[in-house]
Amino acid sequence: MSQPVAPVRHVLIEGNKTYHQISEDLCAPTERAPSREWILAFSVASAFTALYAFAVVWTIWKGIGEWGVNRTINWAWDITNFVWWIGIGHAGTLISAILLLFRQRWRTGVNRSAEAMTIFAVICAGQFPLIHMGRLWLAFFIFPFPNTRGPLWVNFNSPLLWDVFAISTYFSVSVLFWYTGLVPDLATVRDRAVGLRRKLYEIFSFGWTGSAKHWQRWESLSLVLAGLSTPLVLSVHTIVSFDFATSVIPGWHTTIFPPYFVAGAIFSGFAMVQTLTVITRKALKLEDYITINHIDSMNKVIVLTGTIVGVAYLTELFIAWYSGYIYEQFAFYNRVFGIYWWAYFAMMFCNVVSPQLFWSRRIRRSIWWTFFLSIVVNIGMWFERFVIIATTLARDYVPSAWSYYRPTWVEIAIFSGTIGLFFFLFMIFTRVAPVVAIAEVKAILKLSGDQYIGPKAHREVQPVTQQEVIAKYQDQN
Amino acid sequence: MSVESKKVLYGLYNDEEDLKHAVKVAREGHLDIMDVYTPFPVHGLDPILGLKESRLHILGFIYGSIGAIFGFLFMSWALAKDWPILFGGKPYWPVPSFIPITFELTVLFSAWGMTLTFYTICGMWPGVKAKILDNRISDDKFCIAFDITQAESRMVSGLEDFFKRTGASEVHEKII
Repeated sequence: MSQPVAPVRHVLIEGNKTYHQISEDLCAPTERAPSREWILAFSVASAFTALYAFAVVWTIWKGIGEWGVNRTINWAWDITNFVWWIGIGHAGTLISAILLLFRQRWRTGVNRSAEAMTIFAVICAGQFPLIHMGRLWLAFFIFPFPNTRGPLWVNFNSPLLWDVFAISTYFSVSVLFWYTGLVPDLATVRDRAVGLRRKLYEIFSFGWTGSAKHWQRWESLSLVLAGLSTPLVLSVHTIVSFDFATSVIPGWHTTIFPPYFVAGAIFSGFAMVQTLTVITRKALKLEDYITINHIDSMNKVIVLTGTIVGVAYLTELFIAWYSGYIYEQFAFYNRVFGIYWWAYFAMMFCNVVSPQLFWSRRIRRSIWWTFFLSIVVNIGMWFERFVIIATTLARDYVPSAWSYYRPTWVEIAIFSGTIGLFFFLFMIFTRVAPVVAIAEVKAILKLSGDQYIGPKAHREVQPVTQQEVIAKYQDQN
Repeated sequence: MSVESKKVLYGLYNDEEDLKHAVKVAREGHLDIMDVYTPFPVHGLDPILGLKESRLHILGFIYGSIGAIFGFLFMSWALAKDWPILFGGKPYWPVPSFIPITFELTVLFSAWGMTLTFYTICGMWPGVKAKILDNRISDDKFCIAFDITQAESRMVSGLEDFFKRTGASEVHEKII
């Protein structure tokens, strides 16, 4: 047996690594002093986080009147940003859970950072429904708790309440999944550290020893959490789409929304993973672990989901025409050729046309193209949500109520501030925990390392058979 | 998790294949392995070591069922019994409306229940001090440990001999 796996498999770990070298490479970013670039980027992210905090306090202090929303367009950038961030927060669970169930080994290179990204994106998303309530101090009314009003319960028929449950469940389950996966790697960092650093990692690694029984339970837990997260991730964006689909607003109440939103979420989530991956692998010197093959695989997912989203856009238009219902027809005519036509065409170009470039293998495997297109896709996905929300509301039933929406500086500050917050959290994460799952990479080394498979495999792999070993043992006896 | 300290004899191997072979030899020789420590989950080790399949996933199902029943009954009680309200002319007991939250609570209870159970039965919690035999076990060493607190010296030398024969790169004693 010269090759343990089929030669069609891609090499996923390059550089002829040993187990020890993997620990060295992946723990190193947490052990060395931050680079000048990191400090610079972190300062920028911190400044935007401060701007975010300022704008949120401003909103709460002065009220929602500081935003550009009005009586007609009562949902605008707030809910657009919410849906955008929630969509981005889907890729991590998708990579970890669905690809784990499908036994896709390339997930091990990117799952840890994608999961972290999920959590940070959901943190950013969760802000918007809260602050758009206006009276933030009454936000606890969304939970069903025994109260002095009867008790009067929340409306369990409302998709907005389903959202509360879906997003809080999704956030907490993602944290459990991510942290449980992280514990063995934190133990690796702990065992390399001394002094105070060791004490801290002792606390955060929960006393992990690497016992065989613990590994067995850990794997069982990971598998079931993956099994649970798969329908969960689909349910979350389905429920987000219900916020619109169960309404009676033409342009919103369409049954295509759940699958269309889920595909869009995967699409934008993978684009954000690409943006971060391309920077992280370069900055932390992880090119041997997050290879061009990983980037290629993710770009294939992007071209697939981008095409699904494109089909959904066209289906929407067709069904509006085919329904013969003039209000529906007007809503979509207005969406394409109305006052916000530029947003519609930006969306179409960024989401449907631009990812088609990924049919070319050369572009799929180019770092620069990937980085550029991943940003284009995220801009496009932001426009998608803006188009659905603001342009639909801008032209409602009575022409006298028609209106136009422009964001104020407060809304722009909150949105750019959440981007700062997102990078702020992610950059801290790269400093304190291994961004690639160490144990999982070690577990696939002999199946996907370049010394074992691929054109550069230089070692004739001959795993010792059980009989040979026993024979050797008996000889020595 | 006993509080008393144990005297442990352990050997380190450089490769998981060596480890698996050594475990097999130890089991054939009826040696009482205290534990095996590895830097990553080694597939195929559990049956050789004689570990039974984890029953954690059964608990996951039970926790999830509790979540589903609790969520559904609570919503039914709140909307249909405790304070019935008409929402847009819909029935007082709108079962299809309860599906999303029932599902979310199923997942929530199952995930939290399983994870908390996992940490509890593994004796892991923030602040637990790990009884680490060797710092390199979480790096690139594969370890078999024997409890020799009450072992005779003849037995200990027999174990040392076993480590040498099965290709352990290092053998140490430690009190944990």
